[in-house]
Amino acid sequence: MTSMSSQTLTVEVWRGADDGHFETFDVARRDHQTVLDVVTEIQRQQDPSLSYRFACRVGVCGSCAMMVNGRARWTCRTHISSLDADTITIEPLANMPKIKDLAADMTGFIDKWGDAGAGFTSARTRHDSPAPVDTLSRARKRADAAIECINCGVCHASCDVVKWNDDYLGPAALNRAWSLVNDERHTEKTETLAAALGPGGCSNCHSQGNCMTACPIGLSPTRSIAGLKKMSLLAMVGITP
Amino acid sequence: MEARLYALQRLSAVVMAPLVVVHLITIMVAVRGGLTAEEILARTQGVTIWSVFYAVFVLAVAIHAPLGLRKILREWARLPQPAADGIAVISGLLFLLLGGGAVLAVGMA
Repeated sequence: MTSMSSQTLTVEVWRGADDGHFETFDVARRDHQTVLDVVTEIQRQQDPSLSYRFACRVGVCGSCAMMVNGRARWTCRTHISSLDADTITIEPLANMPKIKDLAADMTGFIDKWGDAGAGFTSARTRHDSPAPVDTLSRARKRADAAIECINCGVCHASCDVVKWNDDYLGPAALNRAWSLVNDERHTEKTETLAAALGPGGCSNCHSQGNCMTACPIGLSPTRSIAGLKKMSLLAMVGITP
Repeated sequence: MEARLYALQRLSAVVMAPLVVVHLITIMVAVRGGLTAEEILARTQGVTIWSVFYAVFVLAVAIHAPLGLRKILREWARLPQPAADGIAVISGLLFLLLGGGAVLAVGMA
């Protein structure tokens, strides 16, 4: 691994909005250094005007997701040593407008959650006791993995269909719809399913599995979307969730 | 609507899968002695089983191919949805007309 021998990293960082450009920074290589460490070092020691997002720094919140060498990743969980490169390219998440530097505009991404019927509706109010959910029920087990999603946007940025088709709701929003149609407390399952089957819905998915490969916590929106597709076929013969 | 189109594309694929296999095997067997129009017509003309076979095939293709084309036009050619829909319908009618015409011409001869 000759590329690992250099003590200095060349870091190409996106600056500006969609019409921006790359700016090059040199950063010293350190032990156990993450991409987020590099971005933070640039901002604190070289250019305080650099904008980027982070919160927890330990792979819980998902807010530090960026494109690193062309792949969407959590920068706090990406060690520089794992990239095996002396030059690192860092951009804001793909498939979203760039606001400034490394911050992407996630408005469209979040709006698509609503379009996918992702709003939860309950028959209970705050005055009722919490609904008991049987964790061993078939529906609950189907949504077991899907409910772990923390909306980081990595799958959305990795999906080719999102890139090609502006109307496509994307893996994260459809994964959320899958959680809801399997949630026994949700009272508008039919509406959620109808939204998830609409023009930008699950039938657009090519099952390429980019979302599944990219998800930092190993979820499979592809599987959730396949579940929605199967549910759509069953709904056609009168079997509804 | 999208869900129905999705179901139609999958169902037509299920219908086509065995037909494509038979179609390809027939081609491979048929071309062993050269390929002429006379030879093909001698085998197929007025033979009901081939007429039925290809009538089903044409119908499945006329459903399946335009639905695929519709997605390709939307995603790769970036056409607006109404334009992709229109071209898909026209191509489906074209497949039906050309394929159906051929099946009728050979089958009724």
